[in-house]
Amino acid sequence: MSNLLLFPIIIPLFFAAILMMFPKNIKLQRLLAVVGAGAALLSALVLLAKVNTDGVQAVTLGSWPAPFGISMVSDPLSALLVVTASLLVLFVIFYSIPTIGVKREQSFYYPSVLFLMVGVNGAFTTGDIFNLFVFVEVLLMASYTLIVHGGEKPQLRESIKYLLVNIISSSLFVAAVAFLYSVTGTLNMADLAVKIPQIEETGILTVIAVMFLVVFGFKAAIFPLYFWLPGSYYAPPIPILALFGALLTKVGVYAIMRTYTLFFTMNVGFTHELLGIIAILTIFAGCVGALAYFDVKKIIIYNIIIAVGVILFGVAQLNQPGIDGSIMYLIHDMLIKAALFFLIGIVAVLFGTTDLRKMGGLIKTYPALGWVYLLTAFGLAGIPPLSGFPGKLLIIQGGFEGPQFWGSIVILATSLIVLLSSVRIFIYAFWGKPVETVPLKKSTFNQMFIPTVILVAMTVVYGVGAELFMPLISGAGEVLLNPSIYIDAVLKE
Amino acid sequence: MRTNDVMLQTATKVVTFIILMFAVHIFFAGHYTPGGGFVGGLLTTSAIVLLMLSFDIATVKKILPINYVTMTAIGLLLALATAAGAIVFDVPFFTHAFGYFDLPLFGKTSLHSAMLFDAGVYLVVVGVTMTIIQTIGEDE
Repeated sequence: MSNLLLFPIIIPLFFAAILMMFPKNIKLQRLLAVVGAGAALLSALVLLAKVNTDGVQAVTLGSWPAPFGISMVSDPLSALLVVTASLLVLFVIFYSIPTIGVKREQSFYYPSVLFLMVGVNGAFTTGDIFNLFVFVEVLLMASYTLIVHGGEKPQLRESIKYLLVNIISSSLFVAAVAFLYSVTGTLNMADLAVKIPQIEETGILTVIAVMFLVVFGFKAAIFPLYFWLPGSYYAPPIPILALFGALLTKVGVYAIMRTYTLFFTMNVGFTHELLGIIAILTIFAGCVGALAYFDVKKIIIYNIIIAVGVILFGVAQLNQPGIDGSIMYLIHDMLIKAALFFLIGIVAVLFGTTDLRKMGGLIKTYPALGWVYLLTAFGLAGIPPLSGFPGKLLIIQGGFEGPQFWGSIVILATSLIVLLSSVRIFIYAFWGKPVETVPLKKSTFNQMFIPTVILVAMTVVYGVGAELFMPLISGAGEVLLNPSIYIDAVLKE
Repeated sequence: MRTNDVMLQTATKVVTFIILMFAVHIFFAGHYTPGGGFVGGLLTTSAIVLLMLSFDIATVKKILPINYVTMTAIGLLLALATAAGAIVFDVPFFTHAFGYFDLPLFGKTSLHSAMLFDAGVYLVVVGVTMTIIQTIGEDE
């Protein structure tokens, strides 16, 4: 029993509630938002250290015995993701201060961000599948506010689509949970992992597993359920886009990762092969989009979809290098996507447009920005020794060890497309004839650029020092591959 | 155009108090039987909405000068604080305490920390629904 694992959820909730009381006092809003996200990050780091030394932490709310009460479980994977998510929220708040605008800051922007953090951290921590639904709703509720925040015309149009898609997938989620409960009689994930292997009729469970894949696939934006993502993510301003791109789809990816390793393992030949094939199709779909557009935001948005495919391909292999690789790549992707959105946010502000064809020559006026962007683009594509490399290497190794070796070849080949799509931004925006830029105050530029550089530096450390992080990652992978560790921590308190 | 709503207004003045009292009853009934903060909150909101329908938003704002967003925040804090009280006693989050106490006038009464949580829920429900209704209602 340890309440520590709840702190990354409670702290942002507390600060969000306080911030709701005085929306107009911007200075205090900024200060408390930073303090709240910072405190949550600190508690998440303490939690990670504790999980690392003492093993999986679990608490069942309200002192009920384990399969009956709602369990919250923090294994290395969830602790790592909570740390990464809290870190990103803190950076997004830093980046929001100069960019989001006073109007938005006065209308509950920071409370919404913190509520989103509550949902994301909760979804990463919960050990109960219905509670997962609840936390996903919490984060969706906050994301509805954020996507329409400011009320510009494209935002209103896209938020209707976003709402519709998510309401449909949420009702499917409840239906799938109900099916699962009627077959197994439990919703506690650890208890599910005990009960599902005892059920002999795997047919119905396979159907339920695929239903969950559809539900989480909507959130994670896998092929062919990604159709809502490029339009909806395009509408809100850059800080919100960075928050969504880095965190929201990853909750879906995490949910697939958790369910497909912990308990939906009764018919691996079908479900995981399906997951592998869908992952590869997702990569293809993302590549087409990433090359097709001349809009910086769109290019990076389609890169989110590619990364989702790469991570899920690693999960589908269900072997040690595949799982380790996908965990490593997941964390890399959260960091690098936020950094990329920050960078193209600065570029878009400088040119006053997101169209690549109207950009050029930025390397002469802002050389530092150019080189940092190039470094990030290389990191995204996975050029050694940057952060995309070790994760992708492990995923590809996992693919070659499993039956889907052709998938690894596709990932290798599409890495070049990822590189091309991101370097294309560099070529158009930074090379070529200088285009007149919008004058930007030096201090504002620094306020945007400094958090970005720190984030990029972190991805570089994460890539170059991969060996340092490897024990943590393989510890997380070990729990995923041996569900008994997870089950024991929850059911034998 | 002015409609003749004397009957509605007169009836509302009585009915509102009946609904409010019933809301309190339902809120405390939630102790052991169906009811509680959520329904109690909805009933309270319906009483205020009835006032708004029979008079108008400006009048109701004068009668009840409440900032419903702040009310929601206070409710959230109250609920969170009740649940987090468990952390102080080092038992799992949400663990509640209860017991029987001899109070003057009431006699033997059962008191339950979950009621404070429910009071938070009540405030959140009233705050959120009123914010929604006011936002939609004012936007003409």
